[in-house]
Amino acid sequence: MNVIDQTALVRNARIALVGNPNCGKTALFNALTGSQQKVANYPGVTVERKEGALRTPAGRHLTVIDLPGTYSLRGRSPDEIVTRDVILGRTNAVERPDLLVCVADATNLRLMLRLVMEMSGAGLPMLLVLNMADIARYRGIRIDIPGLSHELGIPVVEAVAVEHGGTDRLLAELDRMLTDLRPARREHWLEQNAAEVRDAHHAADSMVVRFVSAAGEDRDWTGRIDAVLLHPVAGIAILLAVLFLMFQAVFSWATVPMDLIAAGFDWLAGTLRAILPDGLLTSLLVDGIITGVGSVLVFLPQIMILFFFIILLEDFGYMARAAFLMDKIIGGAGLHGRSFIPLLSSFACAIPGVMATRVIENRRQRLATIMIAPLMTCSARLPVYTLIIAAFIPARKVAGVFDLRGLVMFALYAAGIVSAFVVAWVFRHWVWRGKSEPFIMELPGYKRPMLRAVLTGVLQRGVIFLRRAGTIILSMMILIWFLSTFPAPPAGAAGPAIDHSFAGLIGHAIQPLLAPVGFNWEIAVALIPGLAAREVAVGALATVYAVGGDAGGEALGTILAGHWPLGTALSLLAWYVFAPQCVSTLAVVRRETNSWRWPVMMFVYMLALAYVASFVTYQLASLAGYG
Amino acid sequence: MTTHGQFRLGQARRGQRGIIAAVGRSPGATNGRDEVFDVELERRLLEIGFVEGARVEVLHEGFLGRDPIAVKVDSMRVALRRHEADMILVREAPAQGPAGTAPR
Repeated sequence: MNVIDQTALVRNARIALVGNPNCGKTALFNALTGSQQKVANYPGVTVERKEGALRTPAGRHLTVIDLPGTYSLRGRSPDEIVTRDVILGRTNAVERPDLLVCVADATNLRLMLRLVMEMSGAGLPMLLVLNMADIARYRGIRIDIPGLSHELGIPVVEAVAVEHGGTDRLLAELDRMLTDLRPARREHWLEQNAAEVRDAHHAADSMVVRFVSAAGEDRDWTGRIDAVLLHPVAGIAILLAVLFLMFQAVFSWATVPMDLIAAGFDWLAGTLRAILPDGLLTSLLVDGIITGVGSVLVFLPQIMILFFFIILLEDFGYMARAAFLMDKIIGGAGLHGRSFIPLLSSFACAIPGVMATRVIENRRQRLATIMIAPLMTCSARLPVYTLIIAAFIPARKVAGVFDLRGLVMFALYAAGIVSAFVVAWVFRHWVWRGKSEPFIMELPGYKRPMLRAVLTGVLQRGVIFLRRAGTIILSMMILIWFLSTFPAPPAGAAGPAIDHSFAGLIGHAIQPLLAPVGFNWEIAVALIPGLAAREVAVGALATVYAVGGDAGGEALGTILAGHWPLGTALSLLAWYVFAPQCVSTLAVVRRETNSWRWPVMMFVYMLALAYVASFVTYQLASLAGYG
Repeated sequence: MTTHGQFRLGQARRGQRGIIAAVGRSPGATNGRDEVFDVELERRLLEIGFVEGARVEVLHEGFLGRDPIAVKVDSMRVALRRHEADMILVREAPAQGPAGTAPR
């Protein structure tokens, strides 16, 4: 039985998983590859590319590719184009899979049968997996596998991705097929017109009639849950409650780990200051790196909690329902139910939000969603908000129940959302007029989320954030430290040392521009790295005041409260509602839109909005005597 | 609406069900530019399962203007706007029995 695999000498055989959305393809991918996965992007487009390694029972090493779900090979969205191009070998010949594993939901075969027929034009050996076979059996659905296999002319196997040993038959079949694999032929796929789609449907229908028998006994849990979750009144109320709980959790659950991280960095800075000799290196380490990076890493718990909820709801099947409930509401701004999920993700971070817009087929609607995604209050703004609110807004009850600080935070979130809708409306009605994209979306059956898959997803997001903190943020911190330390003040100079540094010079130089919005030169200095990543502004402020010698061990908030008038603080909050976004977001927008035009436009419009908002805020505050 | 007549899915109310009789707009019903749009929409509806002969039932209606709607198409559920659903002509079947006992 030990067959020497010739192809392994050249490269591992590549198998690609293809299927309709919601067929359990990703669960199957997880079951096949276990922890041996890597997530990267396809070149040129930010469509997530998942690859994993698999060792078959016969000892073959395979590369498994998880392709984005689709209903046809026509490729309307960037996601679907990737699927088509990989299958047809258009991306590059080496990447082309050797074998297509077509994954079908055994309880809903018809659409996949049509796609299987369409894919036979790809010229690749194929295999059909009837996934979720356990649910099909439970519902009394019986499938004549030999009959179906004979009719389609390809092997058909059952699988239960979420069960131990549920992929055994698939693995055995892969081994059998790979021992004698015919090489890929040239593709002869042609786009089907409506009449051909109809014909293919009829062929698929006839197969379903002949090979699938359903007992018709369906407990229909999905229907029962939907009766509540999609109820016109209760559904909206539950959606709002879910969002409320989510944000509540982000703020309350994260407090303890955040305090621990902050305390850990404080301890580290204090210890190093105590044991290291006073000097440049110590200053770089303590004032630059530890203070700066620490002030950013504190947000890791919040980001991970937010993603925990988003991934959990997605896996449960609720996100499609949220899109259904929100479609009409955000449709008023010319957006689309599908825009809701990217926008929701943007509350954690605009980068995954922008990347998630690839499910929107229509280019204009996709661009409009991308353009407003950074207006959703991302977690990187939280450091700025919490710092300033804690320093300037008294912890007072309003009307006996509401916490004033909480209300200010809510107002900042609301300002972002409302302005996003206005901007979207302006884009859709003035910049790109035209028909809106049809909203057609499958509502998948509810599934119990797999805790392991959810945690893996959360962990992956955490790693991405840490990688960012370790690269962009760390290097910005070192740059800021350098700018605020050199050149050293001349001997006998009066005033804090930072006044004489590059940072001081730059800050003083642009300060006149920012005077109308009430910013002092320290803020001007902090805003520059704030362009790189918003949360860096807090670290930069900490560094500027630490190097400036004002800190003296006091908390940054206390220092700020002593230095700034209320008007300045409010103006900075207004600034950060619109704040010119981080470099990483702009880079992702550049990659997603494949043009510099959109990131430049985004930068300019957000900067303009930020300036106007801050100007109005500061001038009003000054009139009221808080300047 | 007559009991055994036809209706456009876009006009249907919750609970209405039937068999899809036709998908697509009659030629000339729209101007030239919309025709391209409609041909694309027709294919997308077909690809997601709205094909002649499929059983449909309106399961849910949205909050504002009863839009969008959630429709059961054979064994799957699809959400779509009434505007898009208008392209689907349905031959009406009697509404479901009181206790939900009618065979599907």
